[in-house]
Amino acid sequence: MRTVYIMWIRQLKRYWRSKPRMFGSLAQPILFLVALGFGFGPIFQKAGGGNYIDFLAPGVIAMSILFTAVFTGIEVIWDRQFGFLKETLVAPVPRFKIMIGRTLGGATVATLQGIVVFLICLLIGFRPDNWTMLPLAIVFMFLIATLFTSMGTAIASRLNDMQAFPLIINFLIMPIFFLSGSLFPLDGLPGVIETIAKINPLSYGVDGLRYAFTGISHFNIWLDFGVVLIVALVINLIGTYMFSKIEI
Amino acid sequence: MEENIIEVNKLVKKFGKITAVDKVSFNVKKGEIFAFLGPNGAGKTTTIKMLTTLLHQSSGTLKVNGFDTLKEQSEVRKSFGIVFQDPSLDDELTAYENMEFHAVFYHVPQKEIKGRVEKLLKFVELYDRKDFLVKTFSGGMKRRLEIARALLHHPKILFLDEPTLGLDPQTRNHLWDYVKELNRKEGMTVFLTTHYMEEADKISDRIAIIDHGKIIKVGSGKELKKFTKTKNLEDAFLKLTGHIIREESSSSDTSRQHARLWGRR
Repeated sequence: MRTVYIMWIRQLKRYWRSKPRMFGSLAQPILFLVALGFGFGPIFQKAGGGNYIDFLAPGVIAMSILFTAVFTGIEVIWDRQFGFLKETLVAPVPRFKIMIGRTLGGATVATLQGIVVFLICLLIGFRPDNWTMLPLAIVFMFLIATLFTSMGTAIASRLNDMQAFPLIINFLIMPIFFLSGSLFPLDGLPGVIETIAKINPLSYGVDGLRYAFTGISHFNIWLDFGVVLIVALVINLIGTYMFSKIEI
Repeated sequence: MEENIIEVNKLVKKFGKITAVDKVSFNVKKGEIFAFLGPNGAGKTTTIKMLTTLLHQSSGTLKVNGFDTLKEQSEVRKSFGIVFQDPSLDDELTAYENMEFHAVFYHVPQKEIKGRVEKLLKFVELYDRKDFLVKTFSGGMKRRLEIARALLHHPKILFLDEPTLGLDPQTRNHLWDYVKELNRKEGMTVFLTTHYMEEADKISDRIAIIDHGKIIKVGSGKELKKFTKTKNLEDAFLKLTGHIIREESSSSDTSRQHARLWGRR
């Protein structure tokens, strides 16, 4: 347990100490909220969709969690380049414990980031329908965070440097975000887009988060919960396996 | 006390088509200072990585402190401390936090952590800097911290992979003094690699010369000089390994990475 804890606390310390990164990562969600929220708001309302900020806020919270989680997962590459990975891998500690500590740390950081973005949403005018559902929202935030931290770690376990990083962002993370129902409702979409959204785990995460905040959901809340939980576990297992196979 | 603490038997490591380590066999005795010398790309670091369970050999057997490096990884890992060729500290943590992290990872009892860390930080003269982030440290300070860290769990063997690379003579002398003292007082076995021949000659009991993945000669500095009829170890080394400059660095590193990436093992 102590090894998991020290790994977890290390992730938190690193996050807390890199203030520029913390503030920098808030710029993107704010831009999305302001530009899209206020920009598309009137059209959304005219089309009968209701308040767009209320619709968008859960999507932007999920987005910030997605990016923070993948980044913290991918930090394995930094650890490899700066040599610290060797220090952890040569220690008499099972790899899965290192992976658990790392994932929990990354997921905690990403959840905190999600909560900060939630507070910013409140400033901009977002109001949750039902405050008693806030714990459920945080559960979903943590599940999304766990899923994508594991994904980042799994990918990073196979990479030796940051060169492939833009590739991952553009061909994996961006599509996951844009085709997840974060920005638009999933009703009445063209078939291909709908299919992609249906196999995208983030769709279920966003949907669950939106249900917790606004009471409205596209899928069933239990389906959301089940899908995100199971995918998070599976990807974590894959990540643990990949991480355990690292040779330096 | 002629017990072997490291036993290497017909060790082979291939990266794709390249054979980095080719049927290497040698033993290191308990309490001995053993130097591994060779030109760039000779297979020194690869051998150390296999001894320390970071790489798996293609064939052959390795025993460290009586444990097999493939089958009893955890026991092997508890037996040694290592200072890697390149830095392995977390720059975003303080000196104390780096030490604490290591102590937890090596199961040092909670009650003993503070005492041991403080004692070792004093030993390498970094105690007054213990709450500074490591990224503010100079190269020499980082090295000293890494040595202190490697000793934290009272290892039986200390691996030093070119520990004095890029350090000034003052720090280098200091460092070897520490190492010698530890070896004498605690009977700790030391396995080191270096490119500084005088250092190797001065500090080690026995020296193995390795080139192209093969061991060419093992013996004390005196024996090597006598064998090659040379006056100093540098000449002996050059006589044994030739004068041709090796092409290692990036090219073979890349092919190693490719081999790893595509799983051609």
